[in-house]
Amino acid sequence: MKIGRRGFLSFVIGGAAGTALSPLPWKLMDDSSIWTQMWPWTPVPEDGEASYVNSVCTLCPGHCGITVRKIDNRAVKIEGMKGHPVNNGGICLLGLSGLQLLYGPMRVKTPLKRTGKRGQGQWEKISWNDAVSEVVEKLRDIRSEGHPQTVGFISGFDRGTVSRLFERFLTAYGSPNFMRMPSVRDSYELAQYLMQGVQALPGFDFENSDFVLSFGSGLIDGWGSPVRMSRVHSAWQSAGVKVIQIEPRLSNTAAKSDKWIPINPGTEGALAMGLAHVIVKESLYDADFIENNVEGFFDWKNLVIDKYSPDTVASITGIDSRTIVVLARGFANASKPLAVCGRGNGTTPVNIDECMAVHALNALVGNIHKKGGVWAVSEPDYINWPEIEMDAKAAAGMQHERLDGAGSKTYPFTRYLLPRLPETIDPGEKNPLQALFVSGANPLYTHPDTQAVRNAFDKIPLVVSFSSYMDETAQNADLILPNHIYLERYEEVPTPAGMIEPVIGLSRPVVEPQFNTRHVGDVILQMAKGLGGSVAKTFPWDSYDSCLKETLGDLWNYLIDKGFWSNTGAMPPFFGTSYETASGKFELINKDNGSIPQFKPVSIEGDEKDYPLLLIPYDSMRLACGFIGDPPFVMKTVEDSILKGKDVFVELNPKTARNQGLREGQRVVLTTPKGKAEVKVHLFEGIMPGLVALPRGLGHTGWDEYLAGKGINFNTLIGPVEDPDSGLDAAWGIRAKLEKA
Amino acid sequence: MDTLDDHAKDISEDAAAEAGPNSSLEMNLKEQDTGAGGPIILFFILGLFASLVVGWIVFPKLLYSKKKQPIEFNHVFHVEAVDNGCESCHFFREDGTFSGAPKLAQCIDCHEEIQGISPDEIKFVEEYVSKEREVPWLIYSRQPDCVFFSHAAHIQGARMDCVACHGHMGESESLKVYEENRITGYSRDIWGKSIGGFKKNTWDRMKMDDCAECHRENAANIERKNIQTPTQRLIGHMVNLVSPGTSTFDKGGSIQTERDPCFACHK
Ligand code: SF4
Repeated sequence: MKIGRRGFLSFVIGGAAGTALSPLPWKLMDDSSIWTQMWPWTPVPEDGEASYVNSVCTLCPGHCGITVRKIDNRAVKIEGMKGHPVNNGGICLLGLSGLQLLYGPMRVKTPLKRTGKRGQGQWEKISWNDAVSEVVEKLRDIRSEGHPQTVGFISGFDRGTVSRLFERFLTAYGSPNFMRMPSVRDSYELAQYLMQGVQALPGFDFENSDFVLSFGSGLIDGWGSPVRMSRVHSAWQSAGVKVIQIEPRLSNTAAKSDKWIPINPGTEGALAMGLAHVIVKESLYDADFIENNVEGFFDWKNLVIDKYSPDTVASITGIDSRTIVVLARGFANASKPLAVCGRGNGTTPVNIDECMAVHALNALVGNIHKKGGVWAVSEPDYINWPEIEMDAKAAAGMQHERLDGAGSKTYPFTRYLLPRLPETIDPGEKNPLQALFVSGANPLYTHPDTQAVRNAFDKIPLVVSFSSYMDETAQNADLILPNHIYLERYEEVPTPAGMIEPVIGLSRPVVEPQFNTRHVGDVILQMAKGLGGSVAKTFPWDSYDSCLKETLGDLWNYLIDKGFWSNTGAMPPFFGTSYETASGKFELINKDNGSIPQFKPVSIEGDEKDYPLLLIPYDSMRLACGFIGDPPFVMKTVEDSILKGKDVFVELNPKTARNQGLREGQRVVLTTPKGKAEVKVHLFEGIMPGLVALPRGLGHTGWDEYLAGKGINFNTLIGPVEDPDSGLDAAWGIRAKLEKA
Repeated sequence: MDTLDDHAKDISEDAAAEAGPNSSLEMNLKEQDTGAGGPIILFFILGLFASLVVGWIVFPKLLYSKKKQPIEFNHVFHVEAVDNGCESCHFFREDGTFSGAPKLAQCIDCHEEIQGISPDEIKFVEEYVSKEREVPWLIYSRQPDCVFFSHAAHIQGARMDCVACHGHMGESESLKVYEENRITGYSRDIWGKSIGGFKKNTWDRMKMDDCAECHRENAANIERKNIQTPTQRLIGHMVNLVSPGTSTFDKGGSIQTERDPCFACHK
């Protein structure tokens, strides 16, 4: 029998009817809708037992307490720790995204040894034992040749047991070259040393001040301890505290202040001197404080009266003299005024004159070591280790001057001068740096004039990175010995940036180490053991954890239990004892070296003829620009007017744009004496004419595909400018030009 | 069909007249004419039958793959051996969440060492306990991630029995074969053994309709009365369209949707 058209049709119709009467279509419909929830990229949270671990976030100097929620063995959420003196339950965007740094693709999963050329990205996996022995061998060679001082260590941090282990290792080995990454803390430490004679942390009692005068500090853009600052900022708003922001660009901080006063960039110090002039001239200062606690007031007064009249300062700063007078009166008449400096998020120093001038303002109104004022905060003193054993080689090595020149005759009081390091590195036999270790820092990204730093690093025979992530410095190292990340390791974390009460937090393993990484403290101990002799004897501990436990003593149990220790009642020593200067007073003019708060302009690079514009950086909470780069969650929050696709925008005042013949969105080439980059134009009324602003935190080459290759690294366009008095990098910008691409 | 056929016949007769008495066309058409009526119904029945067979019998066989649990487990034996009945292993955590299938942590108390001679126990201790690996149990009652279900509300709050949803699992001496839906990846037990979705017992299926059914039946005593599945909602709307106001569904808490909030059950 042949199947005709009609037969076939009726078969199909019968089939359709049968299908409709069977569960097939209905079940398939149901299943396919469930199937759409099963796509592999749809994240499905773990199911299991919930638990919480208290720890500390060390992604920035904020050191917030965190509570990490776990489901079984997986960390699923980071929250701010309630009741913590720094953040009391608050957390920032970066801290919140920390899990991506734990589970993300940017991790270095095992020790790596370079096989290709530096920076080529060719690595071979190597065992921990081989990696450490390789380092030990090299160190042994250097030492036996009698050059232990040619080993350097760059660390993001210089407090707490881990940093102290680095320093201790270098000392026992024979090198004075332990270097901390630069920040405004350098300037404050030096200013406090010169004016108060103490080596201490700068602490600011923002919670209790009623008039905050910020010389460009991005108080809610990442300055100090960011979550504490945003908490304080909210409190200011409800308490009616006056906040005056002085900076050339309308930052978030400026936009949320009571008054934004645009100023010619780099002249903040002059304004501080101008304010001092008005305060002194109108006798608005705290006469009691000056009389009893301040040395050198009359000499300084003459200088201030002579050289910094409102008119003079107006011509330097571009702020009219009337505003200067009103501002000075407002500041001096407030009951607890507080002046701070440190541009943006404070990761670059300011020149010492500027810092001293601002600090002098606080002294004029008697606001040193007072409620609502500036404090010199001493370190909690809990690290009491046995004396370092130094053999003859170590002793000889330690006699050498530091490579960066800190503590030398030229810069006797500055503690670290990392930006000066690259220029001291020479190729060849006599290279003063034979081996360099980097931990908790990413100098090949964060250092000004990145290319020059990279060239200098290329000349160092051995560069070892302890980075947990494939950052720029790790990319260009010879060996990567990956540390556990902060969520996988024990470490005590001393007082956060800018706090006045001493706090010690305990960072602890929230989860087991996810990869074949090792605590950097343990690696140091292993290296010391490998070197043997007096170096090994200096480290009597089996492991970093046992070292930490022993060091903390009773505090250990307390920290394990509570997560942090703080001493709210503790105040740094009062007047008299807290000024350890020659005169025993707050010295406006340092008796030893004569340094005095004044205004000396920083001569930035480039001449006006070739480079008619000024390039300045700006910071935002959405762009991490320190040793950590933005994880993907944070990158997602960066606005389209900052980064679109791979293009970064420079901010330009519409007036400047008109003069240059540029319009919104136009592609231009930004050139400075240090480099060149293609960017796009974003017109912004909030930036002073003649300036170009570029965000920091972009233009990575390392990390992961979500961050690398997007935008431009500001540091490739600027170089350091040495402050002749302190050696600190005082560059606040660089001359630049824009040309149509 | 008749009319069509008649019409065809008319046309063919016209055509035959035109072409002359012995044309081959006429022969063909005649043949087709006589052979069509019966087979057409036959074909229809064939199609109907075949698709019913496919839909009811072949389809479920194709849809599910059969998997064995990683190790065998005897519920009866274990319930006798422990003190606290089902709760010994399937317990509520302190925060009120339900532990579900036991983890190694619960087994390890007894099974740190091999206890008996069962090859499955030996395998369990050697492969999992001593290697500290969790057993990848295949969970018959695993629901999609979007489903939010609180055991506490049902067991502790409403004092329901485990059996109501999970059946007599605790009385099984071995673990049944796990039938995995090839499309969704979930167990066949969610849709139910019957591909038509019929059930005799409350524990035969675990779809949203089954939640809704129970909630409707016990509406007097429980809070979430107005669970409406998409199907019910559709039917309700259609009924309302045909004769407005006759929809049987009660209004729920939400003003916009007239239902209980979706997020009570959906994440
Ligand atoms: S402010 Fe700093 S320390 Fe605090 S959560 Fe954010 S990144 Fe971590």
